[in-house]
Order: sequence, then C-alpha cells, then structure tokens
Amino acid sequence: MSGSILFQAIIFLAGAIICVPIARKLGLSSVLGYLLAGILIGPFILNFVGGKEGEDILHFSEFGVVMMLFLIGLEIDPKSFWNMRKTILGMGTSQVGITLLLAYLLFVTVGFDWKVSLTISMAVALSSTAIVLQTIKEKNMMDTSYGASSFSILLFQDIIVIFMLAAIPLLSDTTQQPAASDHAGGEHGYLLESLPLGLQALAVIGSVVGVVLAGRYLIVPMLRLVAITRLRELFSASALLIVLGIAYLMEVVGLSPALGAFLGGVVLANSEFKHELESNLEPFKGLLLGLFFIAVGASINFMVIGESPLMIGGLLVGVIVLKAVALYVVGMVFKIKTDQRLLMTVGLAQIGEFAFVLLSFAFQLNILDSHQLDQMLVVTALSMALSPILGIINERVVLPRFGTKEVDSRTTMDHVAKAHKVILIGFGHFGSTVGRFLRAYGIEATILDHDSNRVDLLRKMGFEVYYGDATRMDLLESAGIAEARILICAIDNPDATIELMKILKEKYPLLKLMVRAKGQYDAYDLHNLGIQNIYRETLETSVKLASDVLYHMGFRKYSVHRQAQNFIKYDEESLKRLANQPKNSDEYIFRVREEIAYQEKQLEEDLKRGIIDYDNQWDSEQMRLARKDSADI
Amino acid sequence: MKSVLILFAHPKFEQSRTNKALVDQIKNRSGVTFHDLYERYPDFNIDIMVEKNLLTRHDVVIWHHPLYWYSCPPLMKQWIDLVLEFGWAYGPEGNALVSKRCLNVITAGGSKEVYCSQGNNNYSVNEFLRPFEQTATLCGMEYLPPFAVMGTHQLSDQQLEDHAAQYGQLISLLQEDKSVKAIGNCKFLNDIPELKNSNAI
Repeated sequence: MSGSILFQAIIFLAGAIICVPIARKLGLSSVLGYLLAGILIGPFILNFVGGKEGEDILHFSEFGVVMMLFLIGLEIDPKSFWNMRKTILGMGTSQVGITLLLAYLLFVTVGFDWKVSLTISMAVALSSTAIVLQTIKEKNMMDTSYGASSFSILLFQDIIVIFMLAAIPLLSDTTQQPAASDHAGGEHGYLLESLPLGLQALAVIGSVVGVVLAGRYLIVPMLRLVAITRLRELFSASALLIVLGIAYLMEVVGLSPALGAFLGGVVLANSEFKHELESNLEPFKGLLLGLFFIAVGASINFMVIGESPLMIGGLLVGVIVLKAVALYVVGMVFKIKTDQRLLMTVGLAQIGEFAFVLLSFAFQLNILDSHQLDQMLVVTALSMALSPILGIINERVVLPRFGTKEVDSRTTMDHVAKAHKVILIGFGHFGSTVGRFLRAYGIEATILDHDSNRVDLLRKMGFEVYYGDATRMDLLESAGIAEARILICAIDNPDATIELMKILKEKYPLLKLMVRAKGQYDAYDLHNLGIQNIYRETLETSVKLASDVLYHMGFRKYSVHRQAQNFIKYDEESLKRLANQPKNSDEYIFRVREEIAYQEKQLEEDLKRGIIDYDNQWDSEQMRLARKDSADI
Repeated sequence: MKSVLILFAHPKFEQSRTNKALVDQIKNRSGVTFHDLYERYPDFNIDIMVEKNLLTRHDVVIWHHPLYWYSCPPLMKQWIDLVLEFGWAYGPEGNALVSKRCLNVITAGGSKEVYCSQGNNNYSVNEFLRPFEQTATLCGMEYLPPFAVMGTHQLSDQQLEDHAAQYGQLISLLQEDKSVKAIGNCKFLNDIPELKNSNAI
C-alpha cells in the first residue's frame, strides 16, 4: 500500500515508536526494535510498505551511516586516529582476507560458479557498520578493546569496499555498462570516470587534503560566524551542510562518503564546536539509522525463504559461522581477551549493508542472476536481523560461562578516567576560577560555555572548552553527562540554573551537583529542589570582608577566623531552616516582596542567636573558680 | 649581640593575663623578633620559606606557649612538623640550626608542686617537655631548661610583674650570650643565680 509521503512517514514513525520502546523494555537493543518494526510494516505482514519502496528508503537512509561515521570521527582526535593505523590495517586486512577465503571455499563447495562465489564472498566479508556501531554506542563500549577493534575492522571495510566496487566489473563477462546506481556506498559512473587514472588518483588525494584543509580553515571560521548569530537552527543547517558537502565531494571523486565523513569528523574533533555539532546531528543520525533498520526489516523477502528454506537457512548459518570463525582467529592473533573477543566475534558476524550495494551492482553486471541476488539479499537481511539476537544469547548465555569476566586493562583505565569526569558549565568570572583551580590540581574538567568569543580565547590558552548552550540536555549528553561524576554549575543566570537543576535532578539522580547561587534567594530555591551542595558566591567573600574589618579594629585574627567559619556554618543552617518553610507564591511579581520577607526572617534568626559570645575555649576562668574548691589544679 | 626569635603560640591570647604581661616585656626589644603564630597564620597555612628564613637569621629560638594538656597548642606543633624539614633542620645535610640555642617558655595553671612524681600530674614539667628537648637535640641545637611561669591562676599582679621582669632579664642574658651557669642542676631557668636575686618566687 502506498500513499502520500505523509502517510508513509506516519507508518514509519508509528512503527518505530511502537516497536523500539517495547524492545528497550525487554532489554533488547533498539536495532532489533527497528528491524521488527520494519518486518511488521513490510509487505509480508501488514503490507504498509512495498518491497520496492523499502529498498528505495534503504538507499536513502544509508545516509544515516554517513552521519554516524562523521559523529564517530568527531570523537576521535587525529592523534589517536593515527595511533590506530596499525590496528586498522592489521585487523582489517586479516579479517577481510580470512573471511573472503573461507566464504569463497564455502560457496564453491556448495556449487556456485567461481565468479559468483568471489562476488558473494566479497559481500559476505563486510559487516554492518550501522548495526555494530549502534550496538557498541548503546552499550557504551567504544572504549573497550572490543569496541576499538570492531571499529578498526569496520573502518578498514569502508576503505576496502571502494576497491571491491572497482574490482567487480572485472569479473563481468559482458562489456555492458551498468546503469548508475544511487547508493551511498560508492557511486559508480562518477564524474571523474572519464579522466585518466593518474588524474583520478590525484583528484582523490586532492579531495582528501581538501577535506582536511577545509575543516581547519573554512569550516571552523564559518561555524564561528554562525555561532555569533546565536541562531540554533542555523547551526543545525551548518552541521548538515558540512556532512552533505563532504559526502558529495567524496561521491564526485569516487570515494566512500562514509569514509569522507569520518575524515571530516576527525578533522573537526579538536575544534570547540565538537559538542555542538554532535548534538545537532545526533537526532538526524538517529532517525536516519532507525529508518535504515526499518527498511532492512521491510525488505526481507519471506517469499524466497518459503521457496527454499533449507538453502537459505544453510547459507545463513554457514555465513555466520564462517564469519565468526574468521573474527575469532583475528581476535586470537591480535591477543584480545576472551570475553572481548567473543563480543567482537558475535558482534561482527552479520553481513553488512554494503552487501546490498555490492550484490545489486553485480546483478546489474550480470554476474549474479536474480534468484541468486534474491537469496543473498534475504540471507544478508536475515543475518542483520539475527545479529542483535545472537548478541543477546552471547551475553546472557555464553559469556557468563566463562566464569569471571576478564578485566580488560584499557577498560579499567578508562573507567578510572571516567569515574573522575567533571563537567563545568559556565566559564565566566565564577566558573573560570573554579576551572583554573581544578586545573592547577591536574583535573581537566569538560567545560561548556555559551560565549563563542570566550571559548575561542580560552582554547588558545589551552583549556578544553566547548561552545554551546549548556541548558540543552542534548549538548550535555554529548559532553558525556552520563559518565560524569560531578557537574559544576557556574551559570550566571539563576533562572537558567534552576531550570537545569530541575531536569538534572530528575534525569541523573546519581550525579553530584555542585551549584553556584547568586544570592540567598536562589540558594533558597535550589535548596528546595533538593540540591545539597550550594555555593553562594557572596557569602564567603562578604564574611571575609567583615573579618578583615574586625582585624583592622584590632581583634585577634585566629579568633575572628574561627568565628567567621562558625558564622558561615550558622548562615548555611539558617538558610536551610528558612527554606523549609512554605513559600507564599511562585509568581515573579511577588519575588521582591518575598526577598524582603526572607531577609526579615533572617534578621529575626540572628536576633535569636544574639551577638557572638567569647567562646569558652582555652578559658581558664572556669579553672580559677574551681580552684577555690580544690587546691589540686 | 645574639638575635632572639620568639615563636609565640596562643590561640586565645586576648584572654591571657599572664602571657600579656610576659609578651609586653619583650615584644619591642631590639634584637628580638616576636613572631605571633596564631596572628600570622589564623588558617594554619604556615609559610615554610618565611619561617626558615627567620630561623636562619636568629641565634636563639624560643618556643613560647601555654602548656595545654602537657604539650603545646596545635599551631606550634604544626610549625614544628612543617618547618623543621628533613635535609634542612635534621638528617644528613640538615644542619641549618646547628649550635643555635633553644628553649621553651611556658605558662601553666598548675603549680610546680603538682608537676612531680607525687603530684596530680605524676611527672615534672621537664619530663613533659622531652619531645621538645629531643627535637632541638636532633636539630643540633643546644637545648636549655625551660623558663616556666607556673600556677598562673594564683599569681598576684605583683608576682606576675616579677615574672615578666625576670623574662626580660633572661632575654638580656641570652642576647649577651652569657653561658648560663650550673645548668645541669637547674630544672628551670627561673632558678639560675643570675635571675635569683629578683623578687620572683
């Protein structure tokens, strides 16, 4: 059933909104939820979306993968990317090589023609970036060796797929040129095809260098300009423009857009706009990926399964097993600990979305016939659908049998770093002092500030400061609030502070909140929100001033010092006492009146306390009196 | 003229009549540095470099403090802990204080009689001051017997004035670098012949 775009959108969104929360509720990954939604609305159950439409949407939504790689690039600074080069090359080559060989042997044994076997093997060697990375991110395991090696392998596959696309035409008997396909994996018949090979290579190198240079000298200044306008939607538009621009450039020169986007992300990883870009693109990426998974689900052709269930089942099991074997061997060679190795083995064992591209391309070149294509597409889709299920079985049944989970040294180190993660919001006159002192102690807080000029200046001074409106949850999330132990709120505007605290208190009840209050009145509100650590910016300073007055009048410094500390303690307690009394009104217009009422109560409290008596410490008067009774002392 | 550094530690100086009398006597003397620790470091954050410089510039170091619970007030202990560094005040190359003279000037509510094996406190003041004695010895300083004003609760104004005058005389002796005679038999500097002829008890 097809209809207007609106109707289709409603179907897709409704499917996602119904299935994904159910999957999450059951403790499954969102990927599985989307896949189920796709199967449900697909041609074989509800038939809201035809198989052809599903495939169209599949191609369109592959752009989600491009965005995901851009976002991943943002999280990897160039230095650590460079450090990864050996892992990427080593693990990538061995994984693709071993899988290719095993798959080729399998398919030849089953009775396929060698060309068909080779083509299918290439498709089989690739795993699904979308599924694997989404799963890793959801489990927050990017920093484990499982996460890092999976990522390295996937990145290598992204590179190698370009060569595969170039190699497949060589297997074709016909000289017939294929119609240009419109997939994201690599536009064949790209613009430069007519150019000589040398020039093509030059264009490729040139465009890579172009992306790097543009990132530094074009995109960052552009973002600064956009930041000054303070229009949020303009920033979203810029973020999209960057990703689309890079993807287009890559398509023109025949590189993988995903790879280009990743590179662009890496270039921008060190910029102050990292978090802002992340939070702007995150929803787009999420939606597109969701759409992608739904489309995969919708395009599973159950007819083909019905025709030859044994063949499909056999191929599916065979492919997954041989991929797993290859990954397990790679994991052993690269000395990954058992539990991490198993996670990787099962995690990457599906056939990836590139298979759709490669196989369709091979079909256009008449290497595969339509039956083989259908079969392999079904196997691919099924392997992707099975992947999250296998992951669950692995985690719940297999891994616990390994007794104690091996502790991965990298994980624990990151764990320590994360356990101390501090987020500092606001780097004005208050926050900057906090940040400077923490830094003097070797604690580098993740700093967020909404003044792009200040961000720029501070970054030049070597601080890690990010630009963005920190009262936006999505920005805080990309700054890593989920892993943070302590959040320092040094925002100047009390209303913004209180708004933020309300949300944080509800969403992250375990996060330690240390909050700046401008004065007594907002401290009172913060206390009523249940904030434990409130720092009135005026309290200590004014008590210090009063102390200095007393010193200058000739009082002993130590005695004044003690009394000053007592006074601060007393004042904090009295704030809490007064804050617990019911408020008269929340209306702004009554605020001034309220403040005066508060001050009145405060002064009354002071009267009850009276003026500071000389404390009895070190007082020998008592002893002198007692001496009259006893001569011993 | 030997220079004298008086390290004074009293958390409630404004309430101490005895110490006021003693300090007034010596505070403004030339050649004497009166260093009021609780006034200088109300937050206990002792500036170690400043303190070391002061020590280096003086020949006689006096720990002047009330005897609280058989010891000094906490800031004085903090001073000892922080300033007398290994490798500077003691240890293989720690000879910054060698051959300086050092003593405690103490005030105590109890009389000398309660500070003995038969008294309530079981031990003598000299015994209670052993940690200071050993500290000075380890730093290569010559540790002199303490100057003690005892039984402060019972002192008349006249007696107090005599004690203060005696403190002044003691400082003069130290400034003149007089060898204090018969130290071995003398439990308190208050008892040495040079100071005996005053009216103090």
